[in-house]
Amino acid sequence: MQQLVDQLIQEGNFPGVPREIVYAGAMILAAFAVLSFFVAPLAGVTSWLERRVWARMQSRVGPNRVGPQGILQWLADGIKNLLKEDIIPAAADKWLFSLAPYVVFVGFLATFVVIPFGSQLIVADLNIGILYLLAVTSLVVVGILMAGWASNNKWSLLGGMRSAAQIVSYEIPAGLAVLTIIFAAGTMSMQGIIKAQGWAPWDWLLFYNPFTFGAFFLYFTAALAEGNRTPFDIPEAESELVAGYVTEYSGMRFLFFFFAEWGNLYVIGAIATTLFLGGWQVPPVTDHPVLLAILQFVVFFVKAYFWVFVAMWVRGTLPRVRVDQLMSLCWKYMVPLSFVCLLGTAGWMVLFPRGNRLASVGMFLVGVAILLQFAKRVRYQIRHARPELYWKPYI
Amino acid sequence: MELATVVFYLIAAVTVGSAAMVAFSRNIIYSAFSLLGTFAGVAGIYVFLGADFVAGVQVLIYVGGILVLVLFAVMLTHRITDVQITNRAVGRLPALVVVGILLFLLVQSIRETPWRKAKEILYAPTTAQIGDLFLQSYLLPFELASLVLLAALIGAVLISRKELKE
Repeated sequence: MQQLVDQLIQEGNFPGVPREIVYAGAMILAAFAVLSFFVAPLAGVTSWLERRVWARMQSRVGPNRVGPQGILQWLADGIKNLLKEDIIPAAADKWLFSLAPYVVFVGFLATFVVIPFGSQLIVADLNIGILYLLAVTSLVVVGILMAGWASNNKWSLLGGMRSAAQIVSYEIPAGLAVLTIIFAAGTMSMQGIIKAQGWAPWDWLLFYNPFTFGAFFLYFTAALAEGNRTPFDIPEAESELVAGYVTEYSGMRFLFFFFAEWGNLYVIGAIATTLFLGGWQVPPVTDHPVLLAILQFVVFFVKAYFWVFVAMWVRGTLPRVRVDQLMSLCWKYMVPLSFVCLLGTAGWMVLFPRGNRLASVGMFLVGVAILLQFAKRVRYQIRHARPELYWKPYI
Repeated sequence: MELATVVFYLIAAVTVGSAAMVAFSRNIIYSAFSLLGTFAGVAGIYVFLGADFVAGVQVLIYVGGILVLVLFAVMLTHRITDVQITNRAVGRLPALVVVGILLFLLVQSIRETPWRKAKEILYAPTTAQIGDLFLQSYLLPFELASLVLLAALIGAVLISRKELKE
């Protein structure tokens, strides 16, 4: 991105304009492009897909009226929410109430600065990439607390408090799992971490050693909790808190919170893909730069979106945990386990400074064995449950 | 005036402005939320100085950790919005003396420091250097700091722990 702007300046496209202003303009343009051509459709389509997938898992149909298969449902929802009245409760703190959705949204959108879409396609490959990502997401907590307080509603406040407690707690296992990968890759830059891996699964950091394999599951669980997703969605538990910190919100402000939540799913998948699953690495099949960029983008997107699907799947499968279970899971199990992963990887790097190829292939085989066992169980369950399976996906 | 100077003054204004809000606001919730601007402004100044790692850690620790804890404490306190005036117990004269001494020390240290202007600003990665310095030249202070933190952790657990009565 910076190289492109530098090149444009060198070619004399902006005579007489200070360099900084060109950079600022390029940044605003990049933010606009990423927001309107990638993040907004992505979050929208994800919201539709989640409702469809979830409905299918519960033997329902789901939204299928607007557009083919209902894929334009998110546009209809967006227009409806834009036209709705924006209600601010009389007893609410007007300033903080209006500000909170933006703080949450900024914290979410700022992560897209360092998310790589391909080897050349990244807004800014910061040297502290993953640290920056962890840092800006902490803005979301402040926004949620702000929303909870400003609504002047006991359910909102309880939801905000629960959410903040949960995010602050789960930041520790997530951060330690990320640190494990920083150890193994030796860099914090997102592109650097991807370049430390290869296209083949046994070159991924997921299979680097048994400890990074464990760190992946710790990271994904902690990330689901940080994103307030079921089974960790106690901040908006409908049966207890109405809608938690969004209870008093309506119209577009309400949509901003959920925009961030659905977009955040993709961010979780993208981080998991970058850190553990080889990012945009593709086999050397083509030298054409445009073709290669498209291939990398597709590979990265498919890997990242698979984990979005898994998050929907988990949401459709597991019941909500209680508050005390949530905290004991984090502090009694996940934090010690993530320390084991961190120290284990450090010890591994002392033992095998160049990595151990045999162990990587072995871990890959273990992963394949787990997947096969899972598939076998699913097949067994389906055959013995004799459900009225409805195989037609188009309804 | 250069553009960089304008940006610097903008960041400084945000930092000082929200710090003033923290100190002078009558509503303690507003004070707590204004800390967000202060911490973010300080992080911006770090970025300006080319200290990328410190800036990231500043946001991570202060916004993600300390600010959230402050907000927790403020929100969980009973009838916090009714408290209008902060800390009248000590009085103004001792405060004035302390502030005067602090101001003198600050001005003195600003005047004593030999300020140099860098000819060219290098935005080089700093993370690896910080790590090397921590584990080589400054190993003892680094370990001491972690010992202090460990002691604080154990102390916190001890204070908050409920003794089981038999």
